[in-house]
Amino acid sequence: MYLIYLTKRLVMLFLVVVTAATLNFFIPRLSDKSPVLEKITEMSESSAPGSVNMQELLVIFNERFGLDKPLLQQYFDYLGDMLTLDLNYSITSYPTRVADMILAALPWTLGLMVTSTLIAFLVGSVLGALTVWRKDLKLLQFFVPVVMVFSAIPFYLIGLILIYFVAYRGGYFPIGGGYSLTAFPAWDWEFASDVLYHSILPGTSIVIASIGIWALGMRGMMVTVQGEDYMNFAEAKGLKSRRVFLRYAVRNAVLPQVTQLALFMGQLVTGAILVEIVFGYPGMGSLLLQAVDYLDYYTIYGIVFVLILAVAVSMLILDLIYPLLDPRTRHHRA
Amino acid sequence: MTLATMASENRQARSLDYVKGYLARNPSLAIGIVLVGSLVLFSFVGSFFVDARMARPLSAAPSQPPSPELLFGTDTQGRNLFAVLVYGTWLTVQLGLIAGAIGILVGGSLGFMSAYFGGWTDRIINFSTDVLLTVPALLVLVIIASAFREGMTPTMMALIIAALAWRRPARQIRAQVLVMRNAGYVDTARISGAGPFEIIFFELVPNLMPYLVASFVTAVSAAVLASIGLEAMGLGPQNAPTLGMSIYYMMNFSAFLLKMWWWIIPPIAALIILFVGLYLINTGLDELANPRLRRRA
Repeated sequence: MYLIYLTKRLVMLFLVVVTAATLNFFIPRLSDKSPVLEKITEMSESSAPGSVNMQELLVIFNERFGLDKPLLQQYFDYLGDMLTLDLNYSITSYPTRVADMILAALPWTLGLMVTSTLIAFLVGSVLGALTVWRKDLKLLQFFVPVVMVFSAIPFYLIGLILIYFVAYRGGYFPIGGGYSLTAFPAWDWEFASDVLYHSILPGTSIVIASIGIWALGMRGMMVTVQGEDYMNFAEAKGLKSRRVFLRYAVRNAVLPQVTQLALFMGQLVTGAILVEIVFGYPGMGSLLLQAVDYLDYYTIYGIVFVLILAVAVSMLILDLIYPLLDPRTRHHRA
Repeated sequence: MTLATMASENRQARSLDYVKGYLARNPSLAIGIVLVGSLVLFSFVGSFFVDARMARPLSAAPSQPPSPELLFGTDTQGRNLFAVLVYGTWLTVQLGLIAGAIGILVGGSLGFMSAYFGGWTDRIINFSTDVLLTVPALLVLVIIASAFREGMTPTMMALIIAALAWRRPARQIRAQVLVMRNAGYVDTARISGAGPFEIIFFELVPNLMPYLVASFVTAVSAAVLASIGLEAMGLGPQNAPTLGMSIYYMMNFSAFLLKMWWWIIPPIAALIILFVGLYLINTGLDELANPRLRRRA
């Protein structure tokens, strides 16, 4: 049965990818702009009159980007390119390939997002569990609802506040960038600590804004779990409170949080991207901002495609490992 | 005064008391309404004091700190930042309302149809919603907005955002209708000879009202969030002083390095009040729609 489920999910993933690629292909064609023509116009404007033969260039570029073929063939070529992750050339920094630009930016985004999401997940789940478990801690009862309200504020607004108060007024952290201008990128301790230092504020803004999501989910699950028979049984057996909390309550309540993680994946990715833009962090967000600024369409489409793919794949992975984590949800024949 | 008007006044007074009593028991709804309400009120009252033209560039001396004449100062292009906040807040709220309304109308209809008719209608609608829900909305919006960037207006922006705002309402309302479809009163209506549209509009919609309102608030909040995200990337309306555009200008013209705190704080504060307000209203409505949540956690 797992196989049927797996096939279903894979078909879904395929359709998501095709939908994303189709949108990428057709929406720009609904507007009356041609990315290549714009680039050539810009080139001819910035160079001496007559030095660029626009007609000839247009033909060459159209051929290079495959724009001289019939629309339907272009569409299928494009789908093929996307499925093999061939993301074409960047228009503004031709002949750099979009895929290479993305590969350079991706580690920054992944590092920032994965680390801060893990921290937020851990802290949020613990806080959510403790609010239900320790009703006697007044500070916690006050603090956690406040954190939940924070989850309503977009990551990048918290980022802007941190930049203003901590980086600019306080001067404790750099106001942006991935590493110091004077630093030389290398695999050594000095550079690594510089990168870490620059990532603390962007990371903190993601953590502050997303702790509430996990705390809320965990609180809800803990309330449900507390009413279960096995909790009474564990207490009746006289187990230590600590053991009941960790092994019986938290262990059961934390599983649905993985589903939550899958649901929030898209939100986390777009949130992290905007945080990067606010901090000028050298990841996918800044690359996207730059591409939008210069109207580098193929780069925009490439980034969007890769991010949609990443979200879809990670949701798939989380969905597939969930039954392994929680035997109760294995797919039985209905 | 006739007896009838007295009775209706009495009823009005009683229902007002009831609303007051309810809000006292549901503080997050009350605080949320106060937050969003005061923001809208600020924008409304403010519009009597400043002209919309003052929110445009070159309407005042550039880079002025706050003073009695220029309450929130001006930015480097000489926009009166008080006027920007007054008109920008309303533009942003309006944008959210338009996109949210379209989202709930389209999504609600799809959800109703999907759940009520079932079969292939349900399968197709449900599957498209599933596929599209996997796609982060902002990314698709980036593609659309970058294709139509020139001459972007706030209304156009609202329509673009509405293109994806229907997914979540469709999902939520489908789930609710599926539960209600088999309720006794629907069967009674059906046996009494009511048609599908009669059942939807006279039996299901009234019962779904709290969910519809809650979905609407979520949709508005999501639409504002998406619009600010697009605007922060520079894909917003270049000629309208929305809150997101203020944030874009402030980042792009390095307000931080120029130490112009009066340019930085107001739009961020307004947006935080708006988002927190909508969140609290939503939490409050959740409790209204799901009485089981009351006093549990």
